[in-house]
Amino acid sequence: MSKITIPVRKFDAVIVGAGGAGLRAAIQLSEAGLKTAVLSKVFPTRSHTVAAQGGVSASLGNSEEDHWHWHMYDTVKGSDWLGDQDAIEYMCRKAPEAVVELEHFGMPFDRTDEGKIYQRPFGGHMSNFGEKPVRRACAAADRTGHAMLHALYQRNVRANTQFFVEWMALDLIRDAEGQVLGVIALEMETGDVVAFHAKATIFATGGAGRIYYSSTNAFINTGDGLGMAARAGIALEDMEFWQFHPTGVAGAGVLITEGVRGEGGILRNSDNERFMERYAPNAKDLASRDVVSRAMVTEINEGRGCGPHKDFVLLDITHLDPATIMKRLPGIREISIQFAGIDPIKAPIPVVPTCHYQMGGIPTNYHGQAVNPDGSTVKGFYAAGECACASVHGANRLGTNSLLDLLVFGKSSGDSVVEAIKADPKDLKELPADFAERTLARLNRLNTQKGGASVNETRLEMQRTMQKHCGVFRFKDMLVEGVSKICDIEKAVHLTEIGDKSQTWNTARVEALELDNLIEVAKSTMVSAEARKESRGAHVRDDAPDTAANPNGRDDEIWLKHSLWHREGNRLSYKPVNLKPLSVETIALKTRAY
Amino acid sequence: MSTMQFKIYRYDPDKDNAPYMQDISIEVDPAIDRKLLDVLTKLKAKDDSLSYRRSCREGICGSDAMNINGKNGLACLTEISELKQPVVLRPLPGLPVIRDLIVDMTQFFKQYHSIKPYLINDSPPPDRERLQTPEDREELNGLYECILCACCSTSCPSFWWNPDKFVGPAGLLNAYRFIADTRDEATNARLDDLEDPYRLFRCHSIMNCVEVCPKGLNPTQAIGKIKEMMVRRAI
Repeated sequence: MSKITIPVRKFDAVIVGAGGAGLRAAIQLSEAGLKTAVLSKVFPTRSHTVAAQGGVSASLGNSEEDHWHWHMYDTVKGSDWLGDQDAIEYMCRKAPEAVVELEHFGMPFDRTDEGKIYQRPFGGHMSNFGEKPVRRACAAADRTGHAMLHALYQRNVRANTQFFVEWMALDLIRDAEGQVLGVIALEMETGDVVAFHAKATIFATGGAGRIYYSSTNAFINTGDGLGMAARAGIALEDMEFWQFHPTGVAGAGVLITEGVRGEGGILRNSDNERFMERYAPNAKDLASRDVVSRAMVTEINEGRGCGPHKDFVLLDITHLDPATIMKRLPGIREISIQFAGIDPIKAPIPVVPTCHYQMGGIPTNYHGQAVNPDGSTVKGFYAAGECACASVHGANRLGTNSLLDLLVFGKSSGDSVVEAIKADPKDLKELPADFAERTLARLNRLNTQKGGASVNETRLEMQRTMQKHCGVFRFKDMLVEGVSKICDIEKAVHLTEIGDKSQTWNTARVEALELDNLIEVAKSTMVSAEARKESRGAHVRDDAPDTAANPNGRDDEIWLKHSLWHREGNRLSYKPVNLKPLSVETIALKTRAY
Repeated sequence: MSTMQFKIYRYDPDKDNAPYMQDISIEVDPAIDRKLLDVLTKLKAKDDSLSYRRSCREGICGSDAMNINGKNGLACLTEISELKQPVVLRPLPGLPVIRDLIVDMTQFFKQYHSIKPYLINDSPPPDRERLQTPEDREELNGLYECILCACCSTSCPSFWWNPDKFVGPAGLLNAYRFIADTRDEATNARLDDLEDPYRLFRCHSIMNCVEVCPKGLNPTQAIGKIKEMMVRRAI
């Protein structure tokens, strides 16, 4: 049989994803003069960074005293000590520079009276090692992500970055020695399949919130990078940790920023009580997201939810000056009117915790290099942003640290690639003979599959299973059952059938290929969650309750370690948390309270 | 539940010789299917060959712009209950159709790129942020919020006739976003570039752009301000 070949294009580097992390990395590569291809399923400014609202954190101290070390403390505490302290120190120290740089790129930040970048309070941001709330979130109204993504895209236009828009990466190319040599990608308009052969590959593919039924995430957030990495034999780290944002619009799932509470918004139950005072007497409504989400679900479970079904709580800003709302929160007013039918100037917004962010991902170090379970780096492979796990967010991410993460690690991964190529300017390593086989087999199956399951129904079943079995509160029995259900759904995923066989802009095929990625993420999540028999950060289970020996159910003796899920054999291994920062003392383990 | 009637523009170059309008009816639950995008998702679950772009479903990414009952808009922000039936869906006018409701946006982005949509400031940056007063920053409101959905430019007759020469409302709104930015040092060069019978002056203030912008922005006003600046600098 003759070999099927596909066209091969050669680059110094290929970046997959053109959201915040991909665009930030691309600036480094383009300005260094590397021949770079940036692939994106959507036009860059349509990436999901665009939907971030509240701000990006940096201890600029524009309105009151602040320090990167306090930011670091908050991040470690927010992570419930699962974050790696070297990466966290790196990120928090780099934050002011990263934000100022963005301002120089043209980002239209709001301003203080002195003309500096405007900063607002946010959940878990405290001064002086947890003492009292501090203004650290740098904001452009409540459209920070939109302003940032456009500014980063614009800088790339200036740098003449080469984009491949509406191209979907399908698989990572890895040779026998484990070196990554690029990706295989599908041009959506034509259906053409092309190999992007490169010395370095950066994944900046974002999150996978669409594994859940109710999510703030865009349709495109299907964990493509994680699926590709898992299929290529790369273990996924800490996948059990998913952030449920406290304030998704009830019913619609659309995000309402924590900046609303930063500007003075209050959560209320059916008794009109400001219930967060009971759960977090100090930080109240500005406690960490996992804490607030659990409090809300507890209120609802105990019958103090609002509405005819008592299934949401209220986010109240009716006491704020309408001028403040119009100036600082115009976008959430639009969203409330559009998706809740409520003008928040006049009435409170119905909200529920909604899946929002994936703390885990492709294991990397703070240089943005992907790392193997033994700590060595995966040659030629880098990752940044939500798809990566450095790990700076550990078991729970602080609000605004996601935009900071993608700036800092987008840049560091880009710099690492520039250095690696400079240090070793050799020609491209040869592609393995069978590099396209698995991908072409997958495409071929979709073209010929008969009698298979519908993509839409299979995806829904996965989403409902994740929602029910692996949500804000987790239960031992439900997790065990969840693992077997997800494994059954996985079988259906590998037999999906599409009606549309066209080569031109075939969105049915794209959705089927996305489901291949989603299921890897869902499976790694459920399996990792079932196995972690403690409560920590966003992972809280009924059989690991708050006890004197293990406050909050956290068990540092056994579980102060990162999970690594291996697709091959569906097994887990673990690696230690790095408790040693780069220059300061370890932030010592402590019971987490707000 | 109620039945809704749709007429949707269909064209797949792989199998259709010519585009056609497809009549489709679907059961809609007004409690759940509130936006047009919700109903499109439902239609696609029945017929996976129906093709359109979508992503954020909250009106911030700009993917799902289309022509809805004769007017450009975003499917995710269009209230189903307010639509007259049959709901007629067509691709954005004036751009080449690739498939169904998906248009080729190359020309649109080419015009956006032509205005140098990035901050130009060659002075060495300070260690900290460049300062800007809150009042100066406010000048950017109503400009920086553009989501590049192309609803405006593809509703503009001047853009239909001269998509290669007229920048169009979206591009011009963005041009003014940089002209209005006190941190940008290229105002004169930007005005020079636009002082052209086509690039700017094809705008005849028809104001279709203002009427369709899903973000409530006003490109005509931005264009007016650019013209004003040109006059002011001439005298």
